[in-house]
Amino acid sequence: MKIGGSASALAAFAAAGLLKTTQAMANAWNKTGFESKALPDALKALGAAGATESRDIVITAPDIAENGAVVPIEVVSRIPNTQSISIIAEKNPFPLAATMDLANGAEPYGYVRIKMGQTSNVRVVVKADGKFFSAVKEVKITVGGCG
Amino acid sequence: MAEPMKIRALLKGDVADIRVLVAHPMETGQRRDAAGALVPAHFIQSMIVTHNGKPVYEGQWSQAISRNPVFAVRVKGAKVGDKIVVSWTDNKNDKRSDETTVAAG
Repeated sequence: MKIGGSASALAAFAAAGLLKTTQAMANAWNKTGFESKALPDALKALGAAGATESRDIVITAPDIAENGAVVPIEVVSRIPNTQSISIIAEKNPFPLAATMDLANGAEPYGYVRIKMGQTSNVRVVVKADGKFFSAVKEVKITVGGCG
Repeated sequence: MAEPMKIRALLKGDVADIRVLVAHPMETGQRRDAAGALVPAHFIQSMIVTHNGKPVYEGQWSQAISRNPVFAVRVKGAKVGDKIVVSWTDNKNDKRSDETTVAAG
């Protein structure tokens, strides 16, 4: 319980804005976002409800994925000062799959393999200079991978 | 204790291409076992990559990341011999950290 206790104390400090380190980005796990069951709620939890559609986000993913348990998603952002990349499988039971914060020389690039329950748009949200941008790519799923 | 991660960091120009394979079940909490009981959720929530001690990637992950996750990060301004450390924490507070050095690509 000691560990849990100190973690929640840290979270409280972070929430109060008392814990600011220059090196660590150290954002707390976005519980509200990850527990959102609908796209608008997930976007809201990211602060990205008013994201601008952008062609400068390049999503590489299969048009048709036979196995929804392993869908490779590659993202390249051409938006200057990209700070974070989030991946959302719009029709998953919990759409928000991951948020990746990038800093200290990390390229505006992301690659990860996700599970998709059914054919859906994969939405990528990019935060750059504090503003939000997004793009979508449809991935057709033959066998769902959320079960 | 979780198995070690496989980390490959190759320098291409001045960009280190870091690819990581993690051994983790990434249970969604929605899957049922043979007896029909729900298998509890067990997944990595935090994935951090540092380059010479500075964080370059801080991933917040959900149960939607595939089993035995594979992910990549690219870091500009890297050199051969730079230290890369990858650390994860899951929802049961299990942790693992592994490291490698950047190799010529």
